[in-house]
Amino acid sequence: MRLVNRPTRLAAWAAAALLVTAVGCAPQDESPGGGSAAGQDKSCDRGKLTTVAAGKLTVGTDKPAYAPWFADDDPANGKGFESAVAFAVAKRLGYGKDAVRWRTVPFNNAFAPGAKTFDFDINQISISASRKQAVAFSSGYYDVRQAVVALKGSKAAKAKSVADLKGVKLGAQVGTTSLDVINDTIRPGTSAAVFQKNDLAKSALKNGQIDALVVDLPTAFYITSAEIKDAEVVGQFRSDGGAAKEQFGLVLDKESRITGCVSAAVDALRKDGTLAALEKKWLTDAVSAPVLK
Amino acid sequence: MTYTQSDLATTDDGYVPSARRLERERFQRTRARRATALAALSTLVTGAVLFLVITHSPGWPRTRATFFSAEYARMALPKVLEGLLLNLKLLVVCGAAVLVIGLLLAIARTLRGPVFFPLRALATAYTDFFRGLPLIICLLMVVFGVPALRLQGVTTDPVILGGSALVLTYSAYVAEVFRAGIESVHPSQRAAARSLGLSSGQALRHVVLPQAVRRVVPPLLNDLVSLQKDTGLVSIAGAVDAVYAAQIIAGKDFNYTPYVVAGLVFVALTIPMTRFTDWVTARMDRRRAQGGTV
Repeated sequence: MRLVNRPTRLAAWAAAALLVTAVGCAPQDESPGGGSAAGQDKSCDRGKLTTVAAGKLTVGTDKPAYAPWFADDDPANGKGFESAVAFAVAKRLGYGKDAVRWRTVPFNNAFAPGAKTFDFDINQISISASRKQAVAFSSGYYDVRQAVVALKGSKAAKAKSVADLKGVKLGAQVGTTSLDVINDTIRPGTSAAVFQKNDLAKSALKNGQIDALVVDLPTAFYITSAEIKDAEVVGQFRSDGGAAKEQFGLVLDKESRITGCVSAAVDALRKDGTLAALEKKWLTDAVSAPVLK
Repeated sequence: MTYTQSDLATTDDGYVPSARRLERERFQRTRARRATALAALSTLVTGAVLFLVITHSPGWPRTRATFFSAEYARMALPKVLEGLLLNLKLLVVCGAAVLVIGLLLAIARTLRGPVFFPLRALATAYTDFFRGLPLIICLLMVVFGVPALRLQGVTTDPVILGGSALVLTYSAYVAEVFRAGIESVHPSQRAAARSLGLSSGQALRHVVLPQAVRRVVPPLLNDLVSLQKDTGLVSIAGAVDAVYAAQIIAGKDFNYTPYVVAGLVFVALTIPMTRFTDWVTARMDRRRAQGGTV
């Protein structure tokens, strides 16, 4: 049975459709933020950068926005370390509180190729050489140390060294350096449980499906002080463990023209002590966790 | 292989095909050749246009580096295959459990007689509930809810719990498939079986079910392929399956190639299953159509 009465006509239409598709997919004009990597904004004019939305700075972060990095799941309120840092960087670049727009950007979208919907993304994302193949990073705004959280009185809570954690069922969030610490530093006997979100990892810890959880130190203190009362911070990993110092950085499009300006702003904030002050204000004092030998 | 009358021209029955007939066959041959050539040309043009559109798009170099990096593919394949082992284990164990439970549910729903009413009602409620409940919610409830009860002797292993959640949902789907099969068997079959002196259980076992199951093999295999892809959702509790293994690498280095690798591995696994489905269906059609097609 013939489905088409006039194959020639159909073929002509199909060819036309293909052509339209080809034309429609033709290179679109480069967006202002999409210049070459060399096309950096030279002057860093205050409030006049090539941003996604003219005259505004669009900042991305994931939802839910976890404490102590943000407060009340609302990045726009200026509370929490990363929210405060984002506003401080914006101020340095000449964008006041009203000129900052927040946008929900899931972790996986932050590094998707293609045009970005944000000027920079702030989401506890660690800088690494291989990640620099896909995105641009600002200078680091926070030095990260990883820590182990376990329920009080459990076998894992008694660990004094990295070797003591080898026989423990560990968990971490996907895409985090915490997971790398488990796989590269601890190398446990049973492979790590990997979770989409820290929320799920916390449930698993409470349920005893994992013995211990590896997270960054501020998150660890927040979990033990506010979320799981019968858990404790077992210890932190030495940050000078052979590897280069781990830092969180702001994520920008690889072709972003404002990477230089944003980096300069972060450096200035580090120099004038703003970052240190914000750390003191929002993040628990990290000295009190014993270092795992 | 079709052969035309003109091939028989050499036989000695004195038949010589007419010039008109030879002309017609020649014409048909040229038409067939032309059609093949056109199809090939059209395929070539389509392929070329797609290739050019993709490779000349402004973001192609970065897309290629992000999605089709040979280095990351090599790195990801062993880990993806390791994760695939979990998918396959779950598929075999859950698949077997789903078939048995689904069939029992279907039988419970099609039992006759007022005494079985509670059983029928329970089976109906079960299928209604679990067919409607989104699988991901069912998984979350079972995987994180059951251990929260802190029952003695109940496992907290995320793979076992996740597998049970899959079985809960998929038995409801499969029960409906089986029930459709059972109800499609003509009542006269049952009546005939009963009049031959078979009990209702025997009639079900020897007459109704064999026909019912044979009829629903294609949709059953469809559900099996679907189950195979959904086994990956068990990773919500931290177990690492093929897709999750890919996500771990992708999240670490911001490269999407592992996803492409995992996708291709799954497709490679599904194609044989689909071909098998087609073969089973075709064989059944042939059996049903004994005596030649009309």
